[in-house]
Amino acid sequence: MIALRGLTKEFPGGVRALDGLDLEIADGEFFALLGPSGCGKTTLLRTIAGLETPTSGNIWIGGTEVTSVPPGKRDVAMVFQDYALFPHMDVTANIAYPLRIRKVPRSRREARAAETASRLSLSELLSRRPGQLSGGQQQRVALARAVACHPRAFLFDEPLSNLDARLRLEARTFLKRLQRELAVTTVFVTHDQGEALALADRIAVMSAGRFTQVGTPTEVFQRPANTFTAAFIGSTPMNLLPGTAGDGALRVAGAVLPLPGGVPDGPIVYGVRPEYMDLSPTPRADAFAGKVAVVENLGTAHLVTLESREHLIQAVVPEGAEPSAGTAAWAVPRPGRGLVYRDDRLVSPSPANGENR
Amino acid sequence: MSEHSKPERSQANRHREGRGGEVTDERAESEGRATPSEEGTSRLKGRPEPAERSEAIRHAVAVIGRATFLAAVLGFFALPLLWLATAPFDARPGITVSVPEFTLRNFQALLDNPYALTSLRNSLIQAGGSAVLVVTLAALAAYALSRARVPGRDALLYVLLLLSSVVTGTAAMVPLFELATRLGLIDTHLGVVLTLSGGLLPAAIFIMKDFMDGTPTSYEESARVFGASSGQILRHVVIPLVRPGLATIAVWAVANVWGSFLQPFILLRDPDKAPGAVILYTLYTEGGAPRLDLISTFSLLYSLPVVVMYVFVSRRYGFRFHGGIKS
Repeated sequence: MIALRGLTKEFPGGVRALDGLDLEIADGEFFALLGPSGCGKTTLLRTIAGLETPTSGNIWIGGTEVTSVPPGKRDVAMVFQDYALFPHMDVTANIAYPLRIRKVPRSRREARAAETASRLSLSELLSRRPGQLSGGQQQRVALARAVACHPRAFLFDEPLSNLDARLRLEARTFLKRLQRELAVTTVFVTHDQGEALALADRIAVMSAGRFTQVGTPTEVFQRPANTFTAAFIGSTPMNLLPGTAGDGALRVAGAVLPLPGGVPDGPIVYGVRPEYMDLSPTPRADAFAGKVAVVENLGTAHLVTLESREHLIQAVVPEGAEPSAGTAAWAVPRPGRGLVYRDDRLVSPSPANGENR
Repeated sequence: MSEHSKPERSQANRHREGRGGEVTDERAESEGRATPSEEGTSRLKGRPEPAERSEAIRHAVAVIGRATFLAAVLGFFALPLLWLATAPFDARPGITVSVPEFTLRNFQALLDNPYALTSLRNSLIQAGGSAVLVVTLAALAAYALSRARVPGRDALLYVLLLLSSVVTGTAAMVPLFELATRLGLIDTHLGVVLTLSGGLLPAAIFIMKDFMDGTPTSYEESARVFGASSGQILRHVVIPLVRPGLATIAVWAVANVWGSFLQPFILLRDPDKAPGAVILYTLYTEGGAPRLDLISTFSLLYSLPVVVMYVFVSRRYGFRFHGGIKS
């Protein structure tokens, strides 16, 4: 288990990279730190590893406080974004390096390196140097080196970002299976929301050194707690439109939408994902009217951008149903999919408490 | 690089360009052969083409001109080297290059000089000592300067670099001599090694820092997370990564010390401790005329170690001035 209490890191010059973070990561959990660059996610990972010293707050790993324990004594293994494989050592020596530091005899550590390598299908490459390996192979050697030292936790810094797109998908599946088999607590940093949704048991979304939301991928995707998370999660950004709640209805960008229960009157921000919108060729009261500005092909669907007075509204339509640019269209949010934010907090009730129709 | 590696390099150039010259000559010849036959065919056809012929002549003149120019340049560089190669084996060497009257007597005469061989040993001691000192200190200093945040670091480096030319420069020789006398370092190898190393270190640190900066810190951090101590990180990771840089510095230090004359000349009174560069200066007759037989022979022996070292290190490590390893 990894626990953080009031963890703060201030860099010289007054930049607060981490701002009073509290978090508990359960044993065996696959945990993602997700956020745009500069949000402090890598600093947090490095602080857990011990490469950065927090300004205040505490860290526990496996029930022991490690706040001032040097990185080598925390019993964690870290995989760096550039893998940091030692270029002058072959694959065996790289994988066995942590064991060499622990003074495991040469024959035993090489046997263990070979065993770990075969598990990650690297047996053919044991005598190669990192420079002779492809990106995917290097990534697996870096994983093998982390696995071989049987740590209490894995820390991965953007483990997939140096791979090309197709390989990344393959490596992602591999990584998830490996983590399930080993059942070792894993914290990984990513800026790719798709990666976080696909891999993690839980995600912490970060912005400016704070967690904006911590939850399962489903929670974070379906009920983002604030507009930052709402805009960050999802392969197409969520539509976020200002409006007002009152007289039993929501008035948003020219549309009159049903008012979900529990939403007080006043100014609100209405959010709906483009995937949860349908286009209607005829005017409707509960639709956003606009003119088709751009149509982008996504393969199995099209992303349509409507120009509606001062707003841009996006909708995903199935293939074959896309309108042509310049025509008028009406975007209808599907019932129950809209989210209402007030003062940047989610106020619409969860479906379990009463569907908003 | 000092003047002692230059002969080696220009020798290599001469070799390469010599081969290039041969190739051009061959081409010129074959083209020369081709032209008459072409003329023959055109005459057979009864249609002489003056434009084509003048084109061929112009080409031939260009080839000959280029070859002549190259030969002149090569001769200019090759003659001194040729002298160095032939004079030691000549019974009566002059300052001109001639086919030697082959003899090994010059070597015999040189070995009779009590200081000749010891001076080469002294050169080895002083150059080796300085190289070890410079490489060790430069590596440690450059690592620290590259990794730690030191305020005013760049200014410090530039000031050091500026002062280094003063430390071993002629202007500082009197205070240096004074300092060495008070420390009891006159007439010791240590005195020479310390003085010369002091002059070489700033530039060495500067070059090494560049190598260190080119090495990502993630290697060291990775080793640290696995529990390696600072010493282990330095031995297992940092030094192997910057090895080409260390080799470069070592060769550069050896070559510099090998060619130093003024500092050992002033700091050493005892000819038993004088290095080759100083002993070379003593190979004159009592009347002050140079003993060309001894000078040429000694020069040859004196240059060989540096040439051998250069070739060995270049083969083994290669000289790279940007040693960062791509990840």
